[in-house]
Amino acid sequence: MDLSVKLPGLDLKNPVIPASGCAGYGRELAELYDLSRLGGIAIKSATPKERFGNPTPRIAETPMGMLNAIGLQNHGVDYIIENELPFLAKYDTCVLANVAGAAEEDYIEVIEKMNDEPVISAFELNISCPNVKHGGIGLGTDPELAAHITRLAKAAAKKPVYVKLTPNVTSIVDIAKAVEAAGADGLVMINTLLGMRIDLKSGRPVLANNTGGLSGPAIKPVAVRAVWQCAQAVSIPIIGVGGIARAEDVLEFLLAGADAVEVGAMNFVDPYICVKIIDDLERVLNKYGYTSVRDVIERRKLK
Amino acid sequence: MRTETAKITDNRKIAADTWKMVLKTSLAAETGCGQFVQVQVPGYFLRRPISVCRVLDGEHLVLIYKVVGDGTARMAEMQVGESLDLFGPLGHGFPVEDRNVLLIGGGVGVPPLLETAARHIQAGHHVTAILGFNDAESIILEQQFRQLGCDVYVATMDGSYGTKGTVMDAIRKNDIQEEYVLSCGPLPMLKAVSSAFQKGYVSLEARMACGMGACMGCVVKDQEGESLRVCKDGPVFAIGKVVL
Repeated sequence: MDLSVKLPGLDLKNPVIPASGCAGYGRELAELYDLSRLGGIAIKSATPKERFGNPTPRIAETPMGMLNAIGLQNHGVDYIIENELPFLAKYDTCVLANVAGAAEEDYIEVIEKMNDEPVISAFELNISCPNVKHGGIGLGTDPELAAHITRLAKAAAKKPVYVKLTPNVTSIVDIAKAVEAAGADGLVMINTLLGMRIDLKSGRPVLANNTGGLSGPAIKPVAVRAVWQCAQAVSIPIIGVGGIARAEDVLEFLLAGADAVEVGAMNFVDPYICVKIIDDLERVLNKYGYTSVRDVIERRKLK
Repeated sequence: MRTETAKITDNRKIAADTWKMVLKTSLAAETGCGQFVQVQVPGYFLRRPISVCRVLDGEHLVLIYKVVGDGTARMAEMQVGESLDLFGPLGHGFPVEDRNVLLIGGGVGVPPLLETAARHIQAGHHVTAILGFNDAESIILEQQFRQLGCDVYVATMDGSYGTKGTVMDAIRKNDIQEEYVLSCGPLPMLKAVSSAFQKGYVSLEARMACGMGACMGCVVKDQEGESLRVCKDGPVFAIGKVVL
């Protein structure tokens, strides 16, 4: 069955992409399976300089999900270009470079440095990380600021720009429309939901950062709703993400209006989850009467 | 590292809140001392990282775990014949160098030292084991270390068995002179071990998500400020490498 799908800059052999932060730069998953099996891979956020991230504990389990407050830990864009991208160049898969920062110029610096890297297919503008104090989510919760950073990124980028949206807003549709009008080539939605857990013995938050981003199957209905709402309001493609755990979930996101999906927290539960989903997708599409991924996209009813 | 469904061949309480589970799995043949597996507990989202206590016949893994929350309580309810999904073996374990060793373990940090003791004894080295617990009811594996041929000294915080006090008290009281240490246990103990000994390795515990180095959930810093992943770069680190 033809599982391929074409989005700006992303000629995907199948619609399954491990989400940024859940697969590092591919090295660990490559010990388990051939990364060329993946439609693409969204690599861990790059910032201009190295970031250690937040103090530990950074991880807490929740019902059908987890909280994380990593804090965009990465070695900085120069290190990533020199040491991580050459590894990914060995594989036949699309690379989405997640770009983050504390200020506008950070995003532009990362984009300009990565612009001429042939291994990168597209940029994923992270204006939705709930775990850093400045930038990130500050830009992603206001339509005008989101549009502004999108315009700057588009002006700087030589590759398509996807904007990753946060669900921690009153109207995600307003943000989606604003970044579309600002020239975004696509949307990735949703980033994590802001959450918290408190340890009953100590009476203190479990995470050292106090709050963290909720991911996993617990957030899937929120993500499906957000994709469905935005798919009716914008005409740029959407990459759906949030709690995908099996091939049926991929079909659900496609029907909601996504053209591809990212798989996040489930990579931690089953490190083979992406290839298992890819292997099972044909069976699921068959079962519900579809002949290809594109067939779902063409026949879905969004209203 | 890979995932495999393993059958439970034993699961019993061996001390206060402490359980021993034996699983039949081909991962056993690939597992070194000080490594760990990620256990998928039915009904819970994230896997539980649990150190390997013993590799038996190359086809069984012995895991010793403390019931500290709902997930480990569920694990304790599991019956012989049921299966658990394992991901492993993970991390860098203890090296087996050509020398005699002093093993220092505290609480549920003791289990990975048993396989470590076995491999050193098999290689013809003398092993001294200092085991620290809160009280006599919490003592585990003392006889197993003795059966392997280790010199064993036990300390309990309340003095209900062995030396009263910490593992460091037991080392002083028994005039232990070994200088190469392999250690696993609670952070205060590892700090004391790291300031008293220069040569050897300590094994850290951490909250983890992926267990394979991808998510950056379990990082620590080394003396130069570089980040290290407990799951992938550790859990065993040379004494003095990591800021504890």
